[in-house]
Amino acid sequence: MSDMYNVSYAPHITSNYSTRNIMQDVAIALIPASLFGIYNFGLRALMILMISVLTCVMTEYLFLKFSKKPITKSDYSEVVTGMLIALNLSANSPLWLPVIGGVFAIWVVKMLYGGIGQNFMNPAMAARCFLLISFPTRMANYAIESIGANTNLINKMYYGAISVDSISGATPLAGLKAGESIKLFDMFIGNINGTIGETSALAILIGASYLIYRKIITLRIPLSYLVSFAVFIAVFGSKGMDLNFIFAHILGGGLLLAAFFMATDYSTSPITPNGKVIYGILLGILSGVFRVYGASPEGTSYVIIIGNMLVPFIEKISLPKPFGKEKIKDVE
Amino acid sequence: MSNATFLGGFKVLDGKKLTKNKPITSLKPLGELVFPLSQYNGGVANALVSKGDAVLVGQIIGESSDDYKTNIISSVSGKVKAIETRLSPTGGKIESIVIENDDKYETIENYGIKEDYKGLTKERIIEKIRNAGIIGLGGAGFPSHIKLQYEKANEIKYIIINALESDMFVTSDSSSTESYSDKVIEGAKILLHLFENAKVIIAIGTNMPNAIKLIEEKLIEEDRVEIKTLRPNYPIGEERQMIYAVTKRKLPLSTLPIKAGYIVNNVSTIIAIFDAVALGIPLIERVVTVTGDAIKEPANFRVRIGTSHAEIIEAAGGFVTEPKKVISGGLMSGKALYSLELPVTGLTNAIVAFVSDEDSYSAMPCIRCGKCIEVCPSKIMPVELAMLAEREDSKAFIKLNGLECIECGYCTFICPSKRKLLQSIKYGKVICKNKNKK
Repeated sequence: MSDMYNVSYAPHITSNYSTRNIMQDVAIALIPASLFGIYNFGLRALMILMISVLTCVMTEYLFLKFSKKPITKSDYSEVVTGMLIALNLSANSPLWLPVIGGVFAIWVVKMLYGGIGQNFMNPAMAARCFLLISFPTRMANYAIESIGANTNLINKMYYGAISVDSISGATPLAGLKAGESIKLFDMFIGNINGTIGETSALAILIGASYLIYRKIITLRIPLSYLVSFAVFIAVFGSKGMDLNFIFAHILGGGLLLAAFFMATDYSTSPITPNGKVIYGILLGILSGVFRVYGASPEGTSYVIIIGNMLVPFIEKISLPKPFGKEKIKDVE
Repeated sequence: MSNATFLGGFKVLDGKKLTKNKPITSLKPLGELVFPLSQYNGGVANALVSKGDAVLVGQIIGESSDDYKTNIISSVSGKVKAIETRLSPTGGKIESIVIENDDKYETIENYGIKEDYKGLTKERIIEKIRNAGIIGLGGAGFPSHIKLQYEKANEIKYIIINALESDMFVTSDSSSTESYSDKVIEGAKILLHLFENAKVIIAIGTNMPNAIKLIEEKLIEEDRVEIKTLRPNYPIGEERQMIYAVTKRKLPLSTLPIKAGYIVNNVSTIIAIFDAVALGIPLIERVVTVTGDAIKEPANFRVRIGTSHAEIIEAAGGFVTEPKKVISGGLMSGKALYSLELPVTGLTNAIVAFVSDEDSYSAMPCIRCGKCIEVCPSKIMPVELAMLAEREDSKAFIKLNGLECIECGYCTFICPSKRKLLQSIKYGKVICKNKNKK
């Protein structure tokens, strides 16, 4: 019967959101931080980014092929994972480091647990933790080859801006622990040492604003994360309400990158609105504990992983209350 | 003036531009008209005429067999051609009265007799509404005379007239409000006459500036009728969301709004009540928006109830190209049709035809973005409920308040993985119902 029309159940229209364009937006939001990383650390940062993304894409493809699953059009989620792994590495990392990280993130953490939406740990963060434990010295290598100010453009581009300005080799947090003075403005712009993506707060905030504008993320997790962290540092940070000190902690050590891009990962954060706030506060406090009492000042990755594991519990205690119902009734 | 709205929900694409400023034109039906003997959920009616009988405009041809005794009215004069099963917009084939239109529009005896409602008793007004066969034209189709004969009439505090049309592409209520603004206000006064302690609030969308202006001007001298502009976020038309948006009071699904002192009526219902009580004209017509990219000349028509969808589309210039999908009602809550040989009932507010099928995505895995939870007006967890429904876990489904779902479809709309959440939740509700029966 040719004169029959398609039928379906209401609603007959869906929004423009799709997994693919959401992940695309996240990748776009990571571009400012990536570009700044390349500017700051030179072409080596670009190479690490490319290797990491390529590894993740290939790993997902190979996994689907070996497990005889249908190979569909990529939803870009593995591109995002790849970018996040690279942004969390030092530009000095050996080039095989992102390969190992990417394979671990996609094959073990994501696909073995059922792929997108099913993994309970953030793949990029789990990979970083794995690398931190397996290759501690390689991961902590932030040494910079200083080339001096009087160098040509090609050299500048190759080695990156950071090699021209003679910036101390230590990351600001390591410096902070050692009692060095704090240059907040440099930390905000990104004239500091660190992993490829964490140095420029400005670039991260530009990307984050884009995500919020596109309604990909809400402020629930990042804001409660940063506020609770600041409060913790103010109370337990031994310097009291020293704003310089508090801001230095917020801007340093990849905390902003974690708050806006890693903590808000859909699969591994609570889906309930109140749960998101609880999760953010929990991460903030844990980050504070790691910063103030921990041995590793850049412990954000561990914090996220610990938070991930508590997500089912957080969801359980934060069930939304239905419209017009004061209490959730127990039905026997 | 604040533009309040309910909790959650996004502004959705509306598509109303196509017919927003089109006047309402009357449409004369041709050939046969079909009156299904069931116009709302559950109310099956008995035919009061038989094959071969002559009928007149306004004649009662059917009466529901339930306690509500809702009437079905003939909208034309002519002959009963058959009483047989026909396709109905409520789904499936239903016993229907088919009337051959003689094009004379001869009316019953006391048709169109004007009366001043102020001189009528409450019982008489409600009787007139019942005789006129008026049902809630907003979509629920609940018989109006039952709603209005509430015994504790002086406990009703608010009568909210819903003139918001939040569903996409539909403009029948908004164009009615604009064209018949006098009737809306007079209709409101009839309700005030019935409920002495009540106040009428006309809730109107910010997307209807002309109608707002018209009504505001006429309300200057009224002290018991108020206008309130609201953002028309879907699904604001749902009673409890409407009450919250207007009065900031939250009612649970288990509490009937009327018991809490609220009556919510659709604006088209109010116009029909005015027609019935003051002008003596029963519910024989309604405004239908014909629109969509497959329609040549989108329009708002005033059509006789019983006219077929095909005829109305023909009147709008027919199709530009053969559509893939035709929907009776709005995009969020309407029903997709596979055939156009269907009559317009009191609940048909729009016919939307599309060249392409927007709904042909296949579902992807859930990425746990939580958008469904964020937009849900009932503040429940669609994704979890859908999962429980698929697992047929009725106990957990009830525990997570699955029965509070108002079936607006927002979760399915917003889902980036294109999962059919509402469909699963509806299935879950059916499972709970069946378990209760055992």
